[in-house]
Formats: sequence, structure tokens, C-alpha cells
Amino acid sequence: MIKKNKEPLFHLVKRDTLPRHIRILIRLGAIVLALILCAALTAFFTGINPIQVYGSIISGAFGSARKTWITLQDLSVLLLISLALTPAFMMRFWNIGGEGQVLIGGLATAACMICLEGKVPSAVIMILSFITAVLAGAFWGFIPAFCKSKWNTNETLMTLMMNYIATQIVSFFIIVWEVPKGSGKIGIINQNSHDGWMPALFGSKYMLCITVSIIVMVFLYIYLKYSKHGYEIQVVGESENTARYVGIKVGKVIIRTMLLSGALCGLAGMLLVGSINHTITTTIAGGQGFTAVLVSWMAKFNPFTMVLSAFLIIFMKRGAGEIATNFGLNQSFADILTGIILFFIIGCEFFINYKIKRSERHDEKGGSEC
Amino acid sequence: MLGFLSFIPRAVGQGIPLLYGCTGEIITEKSGNLNLGIPGVMYVGAISGVIGSFFYENSVKGGAMNGFLAIMIPMLCSLLGSFLMGMLYCFLTVTLRANQNVTGLAMTTFGVGFGNFFGGSLIKLSNLDVPTIALSKTSAYFSATLPFAGKMGWFGQIFLSYGFLAYLGVISALVVAFILKKTRVGLHLRAVGESPTTADAAGINVTKYKYVSTVAGCMIAGLGGLYYVMDYASGIWSNDAFGDRGWLAIALVIFTIWKADIGIFASVLFGGLYILYLYIPTGMEHMELKELYKMIPYVVTLVVLIITSMRNRREDQPPASLGLNYFREDR
Repeated sequence: MIKKNKEPLFHLVKRDTLPRHIRILIRLGAIVLALILCAALTAFFTGINPIQVYGSIISGAFGSARKTWITLQDLSVLLLISLALTPAFMMRFWNIGGEGQVLIGGLATAACMICLEGKVPSAVIMILSFITAVLAGAFWGFIPAFCKSKWNTNETLMTLMMNYIATQIVSFFIIVWEVPKGSGKIGIINQNSHDGWMPALFGSKYMLCITVSIIVMVFLYIYLKYSKHGYEIQVVGESENTARYVGIKVGKVIIRTMLLSGALCGLAGMLLVGSINHTITTTIAGGQGFTAVLVSWMAKFNPFTMVLSAFLIIFMKRGAGEIATNFGLNQSFADILTGIILFFIIGCEFFINYKIKRSERHDEKGGSEC
Repeated sequence: MLGFLSFIPRAVGQGIPLLYGCTGEIITEKSGNLNLGIPGVMYVGAISGVIGSFFYENSVKGGAMNGFLAIMIPMLCSLLGSFLMGMLYCFLTVTLRANQNVTGLAMTTFGVGFGNFFGGSLIKLSNLDVPTIALSKTSAYFSATLPFAGKMGWFGQIFLSYGFLAYLGVISALVVAFILKKTRVGLHLRAVGESPTTADAAGINVTKYKYVSTVAGCMIAGLGGLYYVMDYASGIWSNDAFGDRGWLAIALVIFTIWKADIGIFASVLFGGLYILYLYIPTGMEHMELKELYKMIPYVVTLVVLIITSMRNRREDQPPASLGLNYFREDR
């Protein structure tokens, strides 16, 4: 190939690690830019002025006590799923099957609630749903992990296919259990007896999810940061060869981590069915298995920062949902705004990792192109 | 025989969107970019075409539509929409070197949201007095078959009963296969995907190859979305109807071991699996079994994934730098 010898004016250089406050500032800057763009877009579609847009978003998320509670509950569910996926991501295992693991956990809970109603005390149902949901989720995570460690099967596509298999299994059981026959849905499970409904905590039905996600958050922070397992996960994530060299059994770590990841997703499924919705549908996870990947990544796998990134997503979702409802627009508006924010956050990483430098020399020898 | 005759065209109809998506993703992956945004791109391709033809159909208002414009406007809108999505992906991953998986998932979130938002709000936003988005006139142009196709019996039904986009899909798959296998450009592209460092040292412009192949891949994939709405769904947009086909298309890439010509048969096969549940008798008593039969394409994909990884043949491997961004100053 014949190339013109032209020296580019700029070239990229990898940066040393920036000080923490500058990294945070760059990310905040990106979020602010994204929010300005979102407001402009909303103003364009609805005709209200951009400052009013934020008023509506805030009132959509925190307008009343009930809205605030639901926002917090949604936040805790998304946080829980994001936390669940985190250990897997830290070892570069792209588990995008959170959706399926949540569904299958939810299905296990629904099965316990439906099949055991009236036969055993409600407390026993709860304990059984907890155990089965966690086991089911862990099993759903185990299958791709086993194939990955044994044959190096592509985990991204495998977990993805497992999502759809879980969806079909759930829709199979929905038709088996449908009430009334032919309606194609289950409706509220145990509406009269409330058997197996998860209890309210601290006098509020919303507190259970919130408490569970906080416990998991603290547990995961300690597990990843201070335990031997967490260390092994990090080494495998940095380099499998290094891990093998220092005597870590990579396959074992992958399977163990995915069991944990799946089990926590199953737990999220149990909360969705047993505590929040009291029914099961194929869309109960609502795409959060995918969103959680982004939440976890945005927080750089730090469990505490994840609260903030999950909050950003939920806040925009609830707020945009409110605006969409008020103006007769489609609820997917929230997804567009989420997408825009994500693009900005993804893009700003560049300015943290690289710097653009003016090329100094302009002699004849340079034959590179950018 | 009658059932079989009706099965094939439907399987092909289901398979064509997958074929477009698969062909697009193959050239993308050959450059070392794993674009998980394809499902979003296909949504954007579909809705952009719908928006274009929606305004065109409503602007002529009962008057006669120009056949050429009726086809070109949605086509160009669709290509433009997926072109922009492709540029976005490339800008983030190639120029800004962002993580490909995360970028792809964000694009899917955005693209599916974009499709559903405009699909659900287009009428409201445009202030036009129409009940639903039903572009049956445009669709008639897209699904027009050759005039003598109906007279050819079983041959016509199996091979000639499709709109022009179906043939375009097959042709584009063949062209992509040819370019990848037989031309110098294809050789360079494969080199970029296998080892960008080596390709760069050999004087190949890695950035350019990555950009062109990924954007072209997105544009091809976007046409798959357009085919689905305009031809298969007869111009009727309904939210989430396109479903998970984008993901299946990505899975097909592995199924076809990165060969676009195999994609033609594989996508028809998958299209068949996708609708197989309609042809398996269950009786009224056991409607729930249908839900299990719908699982077949995913289970087959899963099994194929595992088998290809178990056999682990050298020539069946993905491009060596798949999913990794290239930065020259990295070692």
C-alpha cells in the first residue's frame, strides 16, 4: 500500500493514574454534560423549558412519600443485581445472564408459594423459597461457568441464551399455573392467605429489599477487598496466566464466583416475586440484568460507588417515566436518556486514561498515520 | 407437503433479518470489534425507515405514491440511522478506546429505547391524525414479488415469493464472503482482526479498517430491521415485536464460524427453528408445551456453542483480537 508521508499533528499518550479528585471531576463533568443534553432533548420533545424538565424529573422520583419509597426500592433491586454481577466482571467473565438468573430465582420462589400454599406454615414457605431461589440462581450461573472453565466456551453468548431459556421456562409455568385458565397470566399469588409473602421490615414493606441490598453491599465489599477469594478473583481478572503461575486454579475460581453471582441474582428474583410483585411474569426482571452490567462497570466494580451509579439510572428512569406519562409519550424515553448518559460516561474514560499530545518533530522520516 | 411448502417461505421470512444481522456482525468481528450493540442498531434501522416512510406516506395523502421514492426514502433513512449508530460505536471504541462490551450494551439499551419511543410516540409527536403506524402501502412496494412468481408452483413459492430485500440480504452475504475470502481488502481486514499490531506494522491503516467495517456492518444489520418491519410485518410497527432477533444474529456468527456464506443456510435454519413451535401439534389441552418448543432455537445455539468450544479447532476460532481495542503504544 502506498501511503503519503504525513506526520499527524496530534498523538495519544497513555496517562499515569490521575489523582482521585480529578478523575471524579472528569466523570462529574461528563454526567453534567449528559444531563444538559437530556434536558435539551426533553424540552425539544415536550416543549417545556429545560429547567422545568428537572423539576418534573425530581417530582417523578421524589414527589411523594410513596414515590420516594418506590424509587428507593427500585434502587435497591438494581443495586442488588449489579452487586451480584460484580464478582464475575472483576474476573473478566462477562455475565450478561443476570436477567435469566433473576427470573429462575423468581420462578423458584413462585413455585414454593403456589405449590405449598396452606400445606406448611408461611414461615417455612419463606425459608424454602429463599433456599430454592438461591440454589436455582446459582445453578443457572454454574452452567456457563462450568463450560467456560472446561472448554473455554464463550460466556457472553452462553449466558445470553440462558436468559431466553429461562424466559421460556417461566412462560411455560405461567401457562401451567395460570389463573383463571386461558388468561395467560398468574395474577397475585396467594392473594387471600398471603402465604409466603415476605414480611415487612421496620414497619415498612419496602424496607426488606433495601436492607438486603445494604447487607449484600457490605458483605461484597469485604469479600472482594479483604478475603482470599476476592484476591484470587482480582488476579484472574488481571491475567489468567499469572493466576495459573501462582497456583490459583482458574477453573475453580470461575465456577465458585459464578455460583455466588448466580445465587445473589436468584436472591434478587426472590425479592421481586416474594416481596415486591407477588406474581411472576416473563418481564419481571425488566432488562435490569443488562442495566446492571453498566451500573457495575460505571462504578468501577466498587460496591459503594455502585449506589451512586444505580441511583443515577433509577432516578432518570423514574423521572423520565413521569415526564413520558404526563405528555402521552412512550415510557422508553427513559432508555434513550439512560443511553445518552452512558455514552458520555463511557466516553469520558478516555480523558482519564489518555492524553492528547501535540507532535513535536516534523521531519521527513515520519511515515505514520493515526 | 402442503405444510412443508408453507413452512419454507415463513422460515426464510424469519431468517432474513437474522441473515442481515449475522452478515453485518461478521465483518464487524473480523476487524476485531465485538459489537453487542447490533440488537439496538437493528431497532434503529427499522424505526428510521418507518419514520421516513411514515412522513412520506402521510405527505402524499391518498395520492399515488411514487414507487421509487416509496422504497428509497425508507432505505436511505434506515441506512442513515444505522450509519450514525455505527459511527457512535466506532468513535467510542476505536477513537476513545472504550470497553467494547459496555459500549455495545449501552447501544442496545439506547437503540431499543429509541425504537420503542418513536414507535410509541411518533403519532403524538407528529400531530397527524392517524390511529396506528400501518405503512401498508410502502410495505406493498417492499414485499412485491416478481409478477410470474405465483405461476411457478412450488418452485415459485419456495424461491420467488419474497420481496427484494430478501434477495439483497443473500447477495450481501455472498459479497461479504467473497470480499473476506478472495480480495486483498478482505485479507487486510482479517489481519486487523487477528493482530492489529502486525497489520499496523505492515502499513495497514487499522483505524480506517475498523471504522469502515464496523459502520458497514451496522448498515447491513440495520437493513435487517427494515426488512422485518416493511416486509415480514407488513409495515405495521409494534413495540418490542422485533424481540431478541438481534441477539440471535450475534449467536449465529459463532454458529457459522465467521463465514458469511454459511450464514445464508444457518439463518434460514434458525428462522425455521424460530417458528417450529407453530408446526408441532400440541392439542388444545397442552398449550403450555408451545412455550417449551419456543426454546428450541436458544437450546440449539447453546449446544452448538458448547460443541464448537469442545472441538476447539484452530480454523474455527474467533479473530484473535476480538473485543480488544488497539492502542499503538501498548506493548
